[in-house]
Amino acid sequence: MSAPAAVPHTRRAGQLQRYTFAERIMHWLTGLTYLYCLSTGLAFYSPHLFWLAYTLGGGPTSRFWHPIVAIVFVMGTIWMHFLWGRDMAITDVDKRWFDHMQAYITNDEDQTPLSERFNAGQKLYYWLMIYGALFLLVSGIFLWLPEYIPRQAAWVHGVMILLHEAAALVTIGGFIVHIYMSVFMVPRSMTAITTGFVSRAWAWTHHRLWYLRVTGDAPPKQ
Amino acid sequence: MSNGPLQIKAISGHAGPVPGLDASRDYSVAKLIDVTTCIGCKACEVACLEWNGYPFRETVFDNTYQTMPDTEWNYYNLIRFNEHVDEAGNLSWLMRKDGCMHCAEPGCLLACPADGAIVQYANGIVDFQQEHCIGCQYCVTGCPFNIPKFNKETKKVFKCTLCSDRVGAGLEPACIKACPTGCLHFGSKDDMKDLAETRAAQLREHTSHKDAGVYDPPGVGGTHVMYVLHDINHPEHYSGLPKDPHVPWMVRIWKGPMKWLGNFAMVAGILGVATHYIRFGPKEVEEEPEDSKTGGRK
Repeated sequence: MSAPAAVPHTRRAGQLQRYTFAERIMHWLTGLTYLYCLSTGLAFYSPHLFWLAYTLGGGPTSRFWHPIVAIVFVMGTIWMHFLWGRDMAITDVDKRWFDHMQAYITNDEDQTPLSERFNAGQKLYYWLMIYGALFLLVSGIFLWLPEYIPRQAAWVHGVMILLHEAAALVTIGGFIVHIYMSVFMVPRSMTAITTGFVSRAWAWTHHRLWYLRVTGDAPPKQ
Repeated sequence: MSNGPLQIKAISGHAGPVPGLDASRDYSVAKLIDVTTCIGCKACEVACLEWNGYPFRETVFDNTYQTMPDTEWNYYNLIRFNEHVDEAGNLSWLMRKDGCMHCAEPGCLLACPADGAIVQYANGIVDFQQEHCIGCQYCVTGCPFNIPKFNKETKKVFKCTLCSDRVGAGLEPACIKACPTGCLHFGSKDDMKDLAETRAAQLREHTSHKDAGVYDPPGVGGTHVMYVLHDINHPEHYSGLPKDPHVPWMVRIWKGPMKWLGNFAMVAGILGVATHYIRFGPKEVEEEPEDSKTGGRK
């Protein structure tokens, strides 16, 4: 089942719409703005990675755009919360999923509780990014305009830099797993988030409760 | 100052030893500020502006003999003024020429994330290279002396260069040139340290300043700008000169353990997921069974 060339807005035969057009735009807006902030941020983080800033227009240019692009990222994250916040609430099923996470990691799917539209791991990443973005925003404002911090409170700047780095590292941890899962671990995820459609078998395999809900079949007893 | 490589080694038709051949010289430079002979004339402030090509900026009169409240991005050199009353009730005017201390272990340089924005020359001068400065102002937070100053228009940080452009050409800094009382001295760090100790001993022996001493704080590895103070036990009387300056420990945390921890975690994360793929592989899609109404589970 190959990916459709154009993004259809209606249900295709044998396929289910997993992400709306707005969700896909929102995902790639936050994804690309995060990637830009990650690249420029890593340049400022480590001298060994400062070459990233040169590839993106130089140090001063990177410093100028990093906070502005970050604001777009935060706005995208707020949009994300409007679109996905309800689907991302942690349920009792998710708590059982966490108890059986080992089975999910080792691809022992028979032992893993069935998932709704998003599985508990995706929800975990979602909340990690929401809170990460919040911490990055608050600390980032201090890093953006330190000239307005009075000299007596200069230590606040130091604390905020530490907080910004720590929050960024936590999101990077999640981001590594996110990229790995979507590009390598779960084939066709990229097609799903790009075209919006997945095959019935894909939905059945990875998000069976969602599959049963959208296809009108009865949910199984667990 | 002569260059090491240009020290004469042999001289034709010359009787006796070659002058200076066996002398060992410390080529690190230092400025010595003897605050006990500063009269607060501000000639150094003007000389600094002239050499660096800055216009004289607006002054702020606050009932003291200080030109303005703080150094600025285009005003590197400020005579700080404090009226101090000691325990015996004696009033003294404390004048201190404030500017970059050119620390041997500079907090600004340690904190700076931009490649090449701050350099430390072998002679001890710490210099900002504005073309590489990204304007993040981490240096401001890293400095224990409140020296780097941000220009909001150009988004660059500036500070005293110890006239690196003059010193490189064998000249002394502009402020030294202008000082009329000889309170400012410039030379090798060793010579200036000797001169400072001699002056401090003279003050202790021949004046009432029994606590006179040299300010060359070890917390930042010593400085290439030193003070002779009337009272070395209370540098804070000189408009907030820190008693024991050091690079803020927060800067050392982000530049030390935080980097190692973060780098380790990122590399471990990438290796971890790669290993996982090799061990477990992707999650293959199962075919939906015919009796999908039961969810396929027993």
